[in-house]
Amino acid sequence: MQDNEPILQMTGIHKRFPGVTALSGVSFRLFPGEVHALMGENGAGKSTLIKVLTGVYSIDEGTVTLGGSKVAARSPLEAQALGISTVYQEVNLCPNLTVAENVFVGREPRRFGRILWKEMNRKATELLRERLHLDIDVTLPLQDYSVAVQQLVAIARALNISSKVLILDEPTSSLDRGEVEQLFRVMRKLKQEGLAILFVTHFLDQVYEISDRITILRNGEFVGEYPAADLPRLELVSRMIGKEVELLERRIRGEASAADRTIPVAAAKGLGRKGAIEPFDLAIHQGEVVGLAGLLGSGRTEAARLFFGADRSDQGRLELSGAEATSISPRSALDKGIAFCSENRKTEGIIEDLTVRENIILALQATRGWFRAISRKRQDEIALEYIRLLNINPPDPEQLIRNLSGGNQQKVILARWLLTQPKLLILDEPTRGIDIGAKAEIQKLVMTLSERGMAFLFISSELEEVLRVSDRIAVLRDRRIVKEIAEPDINQQNVMQAIAGG
Amino acid sequence: MLNRKYLPVIVTVGLFLLMFAAGSLRYDGFFSFQVILNLLIDNAYLLITAVGMTFVIVSGGIDLSVGSMIALTTMVSASLVQEHGWPPGVVIPLVLCMGSAFGWLMGAIIHYFKIQPFIVTLAGMFLARGLCYVISLNTITIDNPFYTTMAQTKVRLPGGDTVSISVIIALVVVIAALYLAHYTRFGRSVYAIGGSEQSALLMGLPIARTKILVYTFSGFCSSLAGVVFTFYMLSGYGLHAVGTELDTIAAVVIGGTLLTGGVGFVAGTFFGVLIQGVIQTIISFEGTLSSWWTKIVIGLLLFLFILLQRLLSAKGRQAVRT
Amino acid sequence: MKRLVRHHLFWPLAVWAALLLFNLLYSPDFFSIVVRNGHLYGSLIDILNFGAPLILVALGMTVVIATEGIDLSVGSVVAISGAMACLWISKGADQNSPGLAFAAIGLAVLLSLALGLWNGLLVSGAGIQPIIATLILMVAGRGIAQLITSGQIITISSKPYSYIGTGSLAALPFSIFVVAAMFGIAALLTRRTALGLFIESVGNNPRASRLIGIRSRVVLISVYVFSGLCAGIAGLILSSNVASADGNNAGLWYELDAILAVVIGGTSLNGGRFYLTGTVIGALIIQTLTTTIYVIGVPPEITLVVKAFVVLVVCLIQSETFRNKIAERWRTRHYPAEREVTRHA
Repeated sequence: MQDNEPILQMTGIHKRFPGVTALSGVSFRLFPGEVHALMGENGAGKSTLIKVLTGVYSIDEGTVTLGGSKVAARSPLEAQALGISTVYQEVNLCPNLTVAENVFVGREPRRFGRILWKEMNRKATELLRERLHLDIDVTLPLQDYSVAVQQLVAIARALNISSKVLILDEPTSSLDRGEVEQLFRVMRKLKQEGLAILFVTHFLDQVYEISDRITILRNGEFVGEYPAADLPRLELVSRMIGKEVELLERRIRGEASAADRTIPVAAAKGLGRKGAIEPFDLAIHQGEVVGLAGLLGSGRTEAARLFFGADRSDQGRLELSGAEATSISPRSALDKGIAFCSENRKTEGIIEDLTVRENIILALQATRGWFRAISRKRQDEIALEYIRLLNINPPDPEQLIRNLSGGNQQKVILARWLLTQPKLLILDEPTRGIDIGAKAEIQKLVMTLSERGMAFLFISSELEEVLRVSDRIAVLRDRRIVKEIAEPDINQQNVMQAIAGG
Repeated sequence: MLNRKYLPVIVTVGLFLLMFAAGSLRYDGFFSFQVILNLLIDNAYLLITAVGMTFVIVSGGIDLSVGSMIALTTMVSASLVQEHGWPPGVVIPLVLCMGSAFGWLMGAIIHYFKIQPFIVTLAGMFLARGLCYVISLNTITIDNPFYTTMAQTKVRLPGGDTVSISVIIALVVVIAALYLAHYTRFGRSVYAIGGSEQSALLMGLPIARTKILVYTFSGFCSSLAGVVFTFYMLSGYGLHAVGTELDTIAAVVIGGTLLTGGVGFVAGTFFGVLIQGVIQTIISFEGTLSSWWTKIVIGLLLFLFILLQRLLSAKGRQAVRT
Repeated sequence: MKRLVRHHLFWPLAVWAALLLFNLLYSPDFFSIVVRNGHLYGSLIDILNFGAPLILVALGMTVVIATEGIDLSVGSVVAISGAMACLWISKGADQNSPGLAFAAIGLAVLLSLALGLWNGLLVSGAGIQPIIATLILMVAGRGIAQLITSGQIITISSKPYSYIGTGSLAALPFSIFVVAAMFGIAALLTRRTALGLFIESVGNNPRASRLIGIRSRVVLISVYVFSGLCAGIAGLILSSNVASADGNNAGLWYELDAILAVVIGGTSLNGGRFYLTGTVIGALIIQTLTTTIYVIGVPPEITLVVKAFVVLVVCLIQSETFRNKIAERWRTRHYPAEREVTRHA
């Protein structure tokens, strides 16, 4: 594999934005017939590198050669024409067009300028069946299919442009295990056919499962390129974050915790929602952290949303502090001391145009109603207090929240919910996409607050994190809670077994 | 699945047939081919405008300037032909170019400066209307032989019914637009942009060109509609076609095009225009009903169709989940 | 200086000042205000007086736009409200009876509240896009207004009713007080309570707002009801001004002028932050423009051309892309997506 020439070579790439150097002297090379993982924490420069490569951004310094000749794509279109295609995390196709059109749009088979629909449909069917093992009706609108299928259609589109380099930018984030397998099968096949694949993901398991080599970036700088087989996990992680991985101690729960275990803060009894989560029983007590473990798409989020009324349940009932809560809505849940921090920070969390202060006080204000406004003086006090408490940076309550980094935005949202003094706080992926420092702070916060009596329902894709903070773990598989694991049985082995099932 | 996509159009066609049948049962002399042709004769300009608007709305935009553009076209035509004695052979291509250029300019501003189409075309609407008054505050009547001939010529169809030349122009536009929408890259790019502009950009579609062309095409259509309107009215006036933008948008929506973009049919628009015509015809046949009922009924239809679209898109989402 | 330029009122005020300055240069007695029969007269007073209905409609429009909505039906509501009041008065035995005028006003206000509620229900209940939902009433509303007036222009002669539009209080036109009162109510409701914050939150991110526990339905309905109310009162002022109701032409293009005023005032059509004071200045700019054109002696119809350029200029100034383009004039390469992304980097 190493004998041949790299198909793509990027050397000494510099990219500066006003006030930030996104890439400084980064090199990257990609050989035909390999899957090459690009790794790095948030802000390492992965996405900037890809955007530079695909012509979304200009290059300030450095060269890119493709197949031996120097290239500089100035738009995604030019990049495609050169043979560099990208499939993004959020499927970038048009949901209203048919599958066949999505594969071909912009390069439809034509005669005298007239699009030949029959030929296009036939070609698309063949392409999907032969190269991706996907047998679907290509005349239906794309939106009728699942995300996984849409992703494969996106790959089909890239292949159809007879690409030399395929970039997969976090393609697996919204796929379940089976779908990831399907994608990997396709990737292996394409690799054998000689395609060079650049693969970006956050999942370490997947990196080792599929990649041949790994390039690591950190803070916009090139750290190194390694054969995957020669790079142990711990070393990979330590190179990514640039320091020895400080494994946070798993919490050790003292017996003395004053938690009241008689009446649960919230208890689901046969609670369920068709197509989202099978009926389940789950009780959360005061001062307890209940973790939900399971693969993406296993129903973790769906289960959690029912506790808050973010989605409506259609089976079973929910008891809050022993009293039945009928037809709960986010509003009534808040009134009853339940808060929910959604996994979608941008779409369901922050209010971009508002300041940090306003974002913090919003939920409290909502529970007070519109008429009883919190005085400006009180708002300032609250904001400053939480900025200090959660170490929010920059410590300016009048800063617009959209100017904050992801981790700090997350802290503001946490402040918003903590301010309502909930009995139960549901955290859905509270540490996703934020840097390791903020991550540790948030975990520590959960532990501290639970010791003071707050109950948590904690969801995370990272199993270690769930293991670390939880008193009890409910494991989900295929939209069903399959097992509850409590001390002293909480360990990776047990949880993994439950997730894998069988 | 395909049925769901076409359902709004099927409803539109069904509604048209139903209304026409109801009119035929209720009024003598309603049920004839000529009545349908008259619908086209009276609404040829609306049809042409609506075709352009369909593209704009499918692309996810809106064009409020169409009514004013029609007025400006009548005004410029009348002024040049009547007051300056220019030959129609020069004037008509000129106004068509003017309309296209106007649309092009709006499209360029919308795209390059990222200002909402709503606002830019609103400015275009003010500008075109205002320019009419710069030319003249009063009506300019046209008695140029070419224009009067175009107005009076009846094309006899087999069967003895007649249509005006404007109708033929309008039908040619419809057919050309059908082809444009479904069989050209430009047309498909319009749909793609309406579906997701971000994706279309990353798929390498020529966003700038397509978006600007869409408004150029709409500008062209509305100036062509203005030419047809000039044939119809034989005058230029700054108050011509006031409110046409609303009628046009209503026709497009009743024709099954989603105002959110991405979904729509030229054929649907054709029937959307016919439905508006039928309402007017029924109201004029009724005699006792006043003209404002047209607006109320169209408002009602808009309401029903928008509600239908809502229901369909809600169902669509459910279908994906399962 | 930089902070001054950045202030949201800077540009609207600057434009208005420029307009006024132009008027002053053109006709030096533009600012003069004279007292006649205990009433104040002068161009500035006229601008305030004639601008009153527009300011009202624009106030309502501001809160609607702040929720990422738009209310296209205001022009029709203006017509309906005026038509309803005039019809009621014209049917009365003694047109000058104050009771009759109050009943007519009450009826018209109730009707416009109901129309606002209809819009609000379509938007929040049925979940229809605001521009479409209100388009329905915009189209049908004209018909309804004509239905009320039977297609005629209803003329009335009611002293109490005409006071709204032509009367004066403390030497100033009464309509100015109506506007001041509505502005006060709006400002009080949105800034002294949390309603303004909720409106901005819902306008900026409706999904997150729902999870925060804001009753967005109530917020949405109330902004449309408020917009209906403002339009209704504007309709009363307008019809009272001319002592007649014209279903066809009353309030024509008001929706567009109002949107324009809101945008000039600095509120983004994308919802979120809103500026009531900015809107008032925006409406005053439009009215001043009309007056200016009148003063210069250009046919008033040509106002449209000027308005078109004002719309464009204001939007261009507010468009970040445009400003960046000017600033980046010298950067020659074209990477369209870059500038957009740079903001987030």
